[in-house]
Amino acid sequence: MSLRDRLTSGSFAVTAEISPPRGASTDPVTATAALLRDWVDAVNVTDNQGSNVRLASWAGSLATLQAGLEPVMQMTCRDRNRIALQSDLLGASALGIRNVLVMTGDHPKFGDHPEAKPVFDLDSVQLLWTLRHMRDQGAVLSGRALKPPPDCFLGAVENPFAPPAGFRADRLGKKVDAGAQFVQTQFVFDVAAFENWMAQVRELGLHQKCYILAGVGAVRSRNALDFMRDKVPGVTVPDDVYRRLRAVPADQTAAEGARLAAETIQQLREIDGVAGVHLLVAGNERAVPGILDEAGLAAGRAESGSTRSGSAQSVRAQSVRAQSVKAEYGR
Amino acid sequence: MTTRPPIPAHPRLGIRLAYRLQRALRPRRGLRWLSARIEASGLARPLFTETERITKQTLFGCRMCGQCALPVTGYVCPMGCPKELRNGPCGGVGTDGGCEVYPERRCVWVEAYERAASQGQAADLRLLHLPIDHRRWDQSSWLNYWQGRDEGLWTGEAAEAGDTGDDAPVPHHQPALGGS
Repeated sequence: MSLRDRLTSGSFAVTAEISPPRGASTDPVTATAALLRDWVDAVNVTDNQGSNVRLASWAGSLATLQAGLEPVMQMTCRDRNRIALQSDLLGASALGIRNVLVMTGDHPKFGDHPEAKPVFDLDSVQLLWTLRHMRDQGAVLSGRALKPPPDCFLGAVENPFAPPAGFRADRLGKKVDAGAQFVQTQFVFDVAAFENWMAQVRELGLHQKCYILAGVGAVRSRNALDFMRDKVPGVTVPDDVYRRLRAVPADQTAAEGARLAAETIQQLREIDGVAGVHLLVAGNERAVPGILDEAGLAAGRAESGSTRSGSAQSVRAQSVRAQSVKAEYGR
Repeated sequence: MTTRPPIPAHPRLGIRLAYRLQRALRPRRGLRWLSARIEASGLARPLFTETERITKQTLFGCRMCGQCALPVTGYVCPMGCPKELRNGPCGGVGTDGGCEVYPERRCVWVEAYERAASQGQAADLRLLHLPIDHRRWDQSSWLNYWQGRDEGLWTGEAAEAGDTGDDAPVPHHQPALGGS
């Protein structure tokens, strides 16, 4: 079942994330896709995440597709102008990549090429509008006709926790108006704050125009926790969450992080208008089956007629292979 | 493009005065006539453009993109955003409202929201800004405005580009709690 069909059918969707390798091979992507295939509906393939050069998002998406898992190709505005972005959508659509997730992108300052020219020719709202225009009007921005036009399911991102709080739901509204059909949010550690944002979203009726997937992360170490709290732009870790994860011995942080993720998923499922969750676990994909098992999503998904035959055991065996491939190519 | 990199600038013109000036300087017959005369003159046009540059650079950190968004952004220049975002803030705004790239400066969109909302104009920020024309850098946006060339910069009807209905997601249903 495709991500679009899953969402349209009204059953709870699960997506995760793969970051392509720094190297000229898609093998690590293929291995991770095989690990996640039976557990999630689709997987994001990041676009030079954190402004660091990686294998191209379209190539990682194609490898994911060939490994039997539906990709969500991320597209940022940081590195390409409107000509290249439109061209990439055509390429993706021609290769069978249907889901496209549009985001502004991190500034080059934060990556391995801080001296690079930031492009930002279009912003994320304009890019959504452009892609929808290509699909629905069958033309590029210049007006020239596309034969055939691309087919795509358009996604956006939103950070419910960043200022200005009064404008965050409106900003999603702009993205929905511009063409977003689904949205994945930033990490939800603060469920109460997320509920406040969802109340604004429902007031604007956005949950009926756009599928909302709440972002859930699994903290795997104390270092990761500190990094997330202090260094990642736009992520807020509330004090009670921080204390809970620091309270367990360091070697149990990952297990506690996974438990917290599973609990968060259960809480998010009960919020009116939440259509699914997006697991922000790039680099920690092994945790996915355990989290979904504990959240009670694994069994429910197998019943729903998709190809979910994975068991925690077989996934563990696959994950060992995935890790060895990763070690080989470096991360 | 301009050589000056985008850096968030705090506007030096109070928002009330800014809106008052906006009302006073709306395109009218007199201003349309005057701006056409300035534009036609080989001497007046560069002088006028330079005056605009100095004024707006001082007041708003203007970089002369030539297609001014200030009237609908609480008179905070969005081209000072390091990502030049014209449709609202990115997701990296600090909890204190600081810019992701220049944390010691405030996000232009946080300021824009506060200033516009303080005058009941927060709805301005919902307008959809279309992609800009990069050929217009260093042109006078005042002349463009009075000559009516700025009218397509933003739209209130983002959905205008063909909502055929087929591709709009249908309202979804909540899964039964705890079930499949």
